[in-house]
Amino acid sequence: MKTTDTLLLMLGQFALMSLFAIGGANSVLPEMHRFVVEQQGWLTHQKFAELFGLAQGVPGPNMLVVALIGYHVAGLPGALVCTIGLIGPSSLLTFLVYRVWDRFRGSAWQELIQAAAAPVTVGLVLATGYIVTMAADETWQAFAVTAGVAILTVTTRAHPLIWLAIAAALGALGLL
Amino acid sequence: MPFARRMMVERRQWLTAAEFTDLVSLGQILPGPNIVNVSICVGWRFAGAAGIFAALAGLVFVPFWIVIGFGIIHATYGEVPRVQGAFMGIAAAGAGLVIATGLKMARPMIGSIQALIFIVLGFGAIAIMRWPLMPVVLVLATLSILVTAWIRGRR
Repeated sequence: MKTTDTLLLMLGQFALMSLFAIGGANSVLPEMHRFVVEQQGWLTHQKFAELFGLAQGVPGPNMLVVALIGYHVAGLPGALVCTIGLIGPSSLLTFLVYRVWDRFRGSAWQELIQAAAAPVTVGLVLATGYIVTMAADETWQAFAVTAGVAILTVTTRAHPLIWLAIAAALGALGLL
Repeated sequence: MPFARRMMVERRQWLTAAEFTDLVSLGQILPGPNIVNVSICVGWRFAGAAGIFAALAGLVFVPFWIVIGFGIIHATYGEVPRVQGAFMGIAAAGAGLVIATGLKMARPMIGSIQALIFIVLGFGAIAIMRWPLMPVVLVLATLSILVTAWIRGRR
């Protein structure tokens, strides 16, 4: 496939995902996995997990995993195209809605849509957790880290970077 | 989001607390990263198109280059066993963080059978059936709105 074709394909797919990203990047990760790993075969299951881990460990919005995916597939142009694709359409939609927002603010249907969308979003986020777990964890030790971090994050108020640092150390020592 | 709130509401006083909450709820209804959506509204309100570009530059442009920098390091040293091990550790922990985010979001819905059904449907369609996101979101969001409206109408 020619590079320009690849870039256009990525732009189109991520732009479409952008408009369905209810709840942000955490909801669209399974779709990215479907597209780049299962359909196109651009990344292996494991590489996808590595890039996801990398984006988690770096400051900034975690949707920037798209920049890493794009970079891996097609270098800097790929990173730019994927990032613009994922942020552009949703940003444009937000801008357009905000301009008429005053008329609808606080109306009953606004609260209704929010209440109705929330459980669907939770289902998508948990699906992302499942997909990433299956991609990232190859040993029982790795599964134990995932489960431990999930439980500790829900039950304590410690900063998430602590868990990422401990897990990175365990991994570097070859324990996972 | 807590950082954004502290900066925009408490330190700079660009927005009142109520205005901030209002914008967050708008950002939640619409697709896309929440914090980006909120910043676009704030940017537009204070400086028009220039404000939107400033907001995107700060939130996306700078972190973008940081991430790419790490991506280059990863591409160079990613095959070194210890580095690869560290990334796998971070990925395992990152997966735990996403699960925790979902569980925390689900906490206020525990009492609602209707909410639990839609959580299970969303999870099953994407994680188990591996169906594409777009039709799943369209169908489930529409169904959820109809069911919620119907239940409220009966009260």
